[in-house]
Amino acid sequence: MSTVTGDSRRTSEKAPARFSPVISFAGRYNTIIIGLLIFVAASVFSDTFLTPRNQANVLRQTAPIAISSMGMLLVILTGGIDLSVGSVSALGCVLTADFIANHNLPIPVAILLTVASGCLLGAVSGYLTSVHRMPPFVVTLGMMTIARGLALIISEGHPIYVGDKGAVLTDFGQNNLWGIPNQVLLALAVFLVTVFILKLTAFGRLVQAIGSNQEAVRLSGIRVGWYVFAVYVISGGLSALAGMVEAARSGVGSPVVGIGMELDVIAAVVIGGASLMGGRGTAMNTIIGVLVLGIISNFMNLQNVPGYHQNVVKGIIILLAVLLQTGFRGRK
Amino acid sequence: MIGISKAFGGVQALKQVSFSVRPGEVHALVGENGAGKSTLMKILSGAVRRGQGAIRINGQVVEIESPHSAHAFGIRVIYQELVLAPDLTVAENISLGHLGAVMDWAGLKRKAKRVLGELGFAIDPGELVRRLPVSLQQVVEVAKALSAETKVLVLDEPTAVLPPKEASRLLDLVRTLARRGVSVIYISHRLEEVFAIADRVTILKDGQTVTTCSISDVTPSRLIDLMIGRPITQLFPESNRTAGKEVLRVEDLRQGRAVRGVSFAVHAGEILGIAGLVGSGRTETVRAIFGADRLDSGSIYLYGRKLQIRSPRDAVNAGIALIPEDRKAHGVVLSLPIAQNVTLPSLKTFTNWVGMIALRKERSFVNQRIKDLGIKTPDGETPAASLSGGNQQKVVLAKWLSERFKVILFDEPTRGVDVGAKAEIYQLIEQLAERGVAVVVISSELLEIIGLSDRVLVMNQGRATGLLPKESINERNVMELAFSNGQYAA
Repeated sequence: MSTVTGDSRRTSEKAPARFSPVISFAGRYNTIIIGLLIFVAASVFSDTFLTPRNQANVLRQTAPIAISSMGMLLVILTGGIDLSVGSVSALGCVLTADFIANHNLPIPVAILLTVASGCLLGAVSGYLTSVHRMPPFVVTLGMMTIARGLALIISEGHPIYVGDKGAVLTDFGQNNLWGIPNQVLLALAVFLVTVFILKLTAFGRLVQAIGSNQEAVRLSGIRVGWYVFAVYVISGGLSALAGMVEAARSGVGSPVVGIGMELDVIAAVVIGGASLMGGRGTAMNTIIGVLVLGIISNFMNLQNVPGYHQNVVKGIIILLAVLLQTGFRGRK
Repeated sequence: MIGISKAFGGVQALKQVSFSVRPGEVHALVGENGAGKSTLMKILSGAVRRGQGAIRINGQVVEIESPHSAHAFGIRVIYQELVLAPDLTVAENISLGHLGAVMDWAGLKRKAKRVLGELGFAIDPGELVRRLPVSLQQVVEVAKALSAETKVLVLDEPTAVLPPKEASRLLDLVRTLARRGVSVIYISHRLEEVFAIADRVTILKDGQTVTTCSISDVTPSRLIDLMIGRPITQLFPESNRTAGKEVLRVEDLRQGRAVRGVSFAVHAGEILGIAGLVGSGRTETVRAIFGADRLDSGSIYLYGRKLQIRSPRDAVNAGIALIPEDRKAHGVVLSLPIAQNVTLPSLKTFTNWVGMIALRKERSFVNQRIKDLGIKTPDGETPAASLSGGNQQKVVLAKWLSERFKVILFDEPTRGVDVGAKAEIYQLIEQLAERGVAVVVISSELLEIIGLSDRVLVMNQGRATGLLPKESINERNVMELAFSNGQYAA
């Protein structure tokens, strides 16, 4: 019956929020505040949480999600979604192990091929989304099943042990540099490159602009399709890289890693305040979102919360985080 | 409505506006785009909350909080864009919102038949709305809005998309309603309609009431002066250009049902106006030239060389720019700062080999554009969303001012822009033409077409129906061609 929902939304956009300074500060930095609160809570309630060993553990476990979340952020900034990240990382995990253990490829070549395979799958999603205008939800849902299937086919359903040939890789996955786990440094590098891209390059700016108003960008003479294509390629490549990291950590190429990982990755981006409609979101906040999820899982593990209960708590925290943001951003 | 004020962000949309309508009266509300008509009606209909002031119905102060409460007070609005459900039947649409838990098909049809009958239309209640012509869809919309409790009916430019015959039937319908005691608030740009049906008229300008008077107390030309606030002639710059050689020529453009064989040419330093009703294919024609939509067939020549334009990017590379009609949807990226909007089409010139943007160079470029165009903003980092319509439009213009654009297509360049900004935009268009740019201006405002154009191409139903040289550009000739079925051949 209502004929004017569009208009009322427009006005709420324009109306300046009238909140006290404290609340508007909380609104702007809510991701950081949520992160700090959870960090402090975990430190207070658990004796082991703050130990360097546990901290390194948290970071090591979240590294694959952090790497994948940067690709997801780019995709979400364009207004898309990539549901295939978990499966693609499983494929990446299996391929790395397979290339090394069964095909005797040198490790750098194996990694390169793994990332390239992820890019290839991303390219298929990107092509269908940008050229054929298929909804990314559907495209990447299909890709999610395909990639998982491929991982299972290649590994014949069994874990592939990297073994001695991949000793360098497993060393990488288990050792530290300057006291920081190697894969965390890798994730940090990916993060810094993403920050650079988003803040300082034409590519990053256009990705955000496309998510805000695709048609205006297209009518400015920009090949929107190319950028949309590119973000899925990046997302696929980074997810495969995340799978490689997982193989390095565990020494096993498992076709069943990353089940449900897409949800964690999307949740991290959303907790970071990004809009699923596109156009809004930062790399910094996304990383905080990753850490929030990582700390919660770790804390619950330390407290011996059963896995099923963990899911419920995690879900509630995601909802609360987003509620906090939409609540601040402006109800009328 | 007494002393209504409303501000959006920093923009004062309405200042102390008072407005009243009597039972059974047809009250016309006129004013330029951006004068505040729509905002006032949105407040009345509960779509927007008022800032200050009070609304009284039958002497009683009421609080209209939402469209729902407006309905409860018997206030109904019919917007320009129809909001019917196209895949439901006429009967279902009319009763939408009062449907019971179980569909009473026979009852729905009976009711629809009765209401439509009272309005004097025999539309089959079982027909899908999608299959009706726009004029009859409008009737369905009116029927839907009418119920026993409807006291005030607002019609926002109801005839904008109707050919003359249907428009006059709609006017009859409005008269019928008024006779039944419904108060009608009628918003229209067509002054002849206002004079044909209104009892009183209220003129809004820049968010303020200019005057309310009985229709018999004003003449059309006086009304225009009141709307614009100054004699029309001052709005348009003097020009003494002479057109140079041909820059753009299009031949037999075709695209679906919207564009059915359009040919014309524009010369350097010439302003070609394109007039016609909304839906006549003007927008589709320029969008196709710009590559925003695919052409089915037809040729585009720039300086006599045939172009293959498959995307806006091709057009931009060839030196063709389009200032789109729908600023917010197609012109600006509202959430981005002004600077990022301005450099969107030319970002390449600010990036190095890794794609890094030279931010300082960009900033100084943007500041220069802000100064040149007089965009009112503290700096280039302000989001485009916080600017007024006129300034947003200047941001869009700033995108395309580069020397390399030889053809600039303006689609409704002053829609939703206040008079001051309008005059500045006209000035700018004139300057571009003086610089030798081939300019095409689409406008639904006849004054604009007449004031700016060196020649006018008139379109109707996807065809070019005539090309008027400077000396025969007048309201009558344009309107005649706008409804003509002939086809003009270049």
